[in-house]
Amino acid sequence: MTGGTESGPLRYLSSASGVAWRYLHNLYTRPSMFIPSLVFPLFFLAAFAGGLSVVGDAPNFDYYDFTAFQFCFILLQASTLAGVFAGFSIAGDFEMGMGRRLMLATRRRSSIVLGYGIGAAARLGVTWTIVTGVALAGGMEVAGGGLNLAGIYGLALLSNVAALLFSAGIALRFRSLQAGPLMQLPVFIILFLAPVYVPQELLTGWIEPIASVNPITALLSAARSLMAGEPTGVFGAYLVVFGLIALMGFWAIRGLRQAEAAG
Amino acid sequence: MTGATATIGSGAVLGLQIRAMAVRSVIRLLRQPQAIVPSLVFPLFLLAVNVGGLDSATELPGFPTDSYLTFALAFTFIQSAIFSTMNAGQGLAQDIENGFFDRLVLTPMRPSALMVGQLIGLVMLGVLQAILYLAVGLAFGADFAAGPAGVVVLFALVVVISLGFGGIGLIMALRTGSGEAVQGMFPLMFVLLFFSSMALPRDLIETDWFRTVTDINPVSYLIEALRSLMVTGWDPEVLLLGFGIAIALALATISISARLLSGRMDR
Repeated sequence: MTGGTESGPLRYLSSASGVAWRYLHNLYTRPSMFIPSLVFPLFFLAAFAGGLSVVGDAPNFDYYDFTAFQFCFILLQASTLAGVFAGFSIAGDFEMGMGRRLMLATRRRSSIVLGYGIGAAARLGVTWTIVTGVALAGGMEVAGGGLNLAGIYGLALLSNVAALLFSAGIALRFRSLQAGPLMQLPVFIILFLAPVYVPQELLTGWIEPIASVNPITALLSAARSLMAGEPTGVFGAYLVVFGLIALMGFWAIRGLRQAEAAG
Repeated sequence: MTGATATIGSGAVLGLQIRAMAVRSVIRLLRQPQAIVPSLVFPLFLLAVNVGGLDSATELPGFPTDSYLTFALAFTFIQSAIFSTMNAGQGLAQDIENGFFDRLVLTPMRPSALMVGQLIGLVMLGVLQAILYLAVGLAFGADFAAGPAGVVVLFALVVVISLGFGGIGLIMALRTGSGEAVQGMFPLMFVLLFFSSMALPRDLIETDWFRTVTDINPVSYLIEALRSLMVTGWDPEVLLLGFGIAIALALATISISARLLSGRMDR
């Protein structure tokens, strides 16, 4: 009896790591799954940092390096979309019946979501290495120190967790890949309603008030300030992203309960 | 006399077949809001984001207009043409996948009727989108330097561009017979759009390799032809280049898809 209680957390972690391993195995043995998630950030990095570099010369655009400016957005975007892609896998697994088998195999089903979360975070290593490598090869200057960089990647990791929990909530409610656009579009829209091309002060028109209340703006501005070695609003950004995780965690757990109720 | 009657009869039959296929294509599109709505809304969303984010680019020396909305409006038309690639290809691929195409082969329906019908539906959607984008652009203060006659030219160019991109969708559908494969083309088409002069004039692009890519990307010239009507007015060289590329694309893709269609019907 005592032994059972002691092994509870271990069993929980064992279930989660099993789900994570299966997710990563499926991901890296199917190029059609992982190649798009690698190519898209590089494509955006090339299109934005390469094609729009002259925008860095616009009056009052005072950031030190346009590639670094865009890199912060691309890093957050890639990390967030990696969370969404994990949501696709949850939906696909439930559609094919695998999700139901996973639910039968474990008593504490939140370990399933944790497993996908671990998998989604683990895949970031490859994405970050490639995106960072390409940006550096493209001439990106890094002004911030090691701690600043850790701060940037920390924000990216936490945004990945928030996006995973959001898309898991959708996937567990619909249990079908048909819900893919419901996971991807809101994330894509909220990312692009942040100051993508220019600093927040240079935004004009309708997007300016929206960007000022968009939580991604706080993350992006903090990441850019860390990259420049002049941290501003970092504590606030971490507060925002932890708030998002709490909110989306609740959303995902409610989705899990719905999936359990549906059998 | 009999031959003439037979010829007229044959032409009328072909006309009827095309009409039937065109009506079917339009009705099918209208019954699939999930296919139409993104192609209407997404270009407007990107336009709005780009206008809000890149308006300060108009302050760069050499930028051709002080309104980024006027500058960026042209790319919505190209983006909708890219969506029409998917719609045309997806429609035909569905016909192949669900057996409609095979049943059609057993009827006196001519291959050209199926293809032209599909393209007419596509062009109608393209024109509808163009009307919406132009109306939204003008309502939010975009300029149209070429005046009312320029609007006619704009629609003519949109029709030819839609035919050209629609032809690409048909080729994909006929080669693969798979809706999933047609959808897989979407990112590639998006690359063509983003690696063009959609966001900045080519002479303002600083990065050498990017400028080279935009120089060889035909989409740049299609966008610039549409854009010239709004920003410059009448620029015969840019318009001729745009029309020339659009017509060449349409002729090439439609003739290739016609050949592929005949081959598939002979199987």
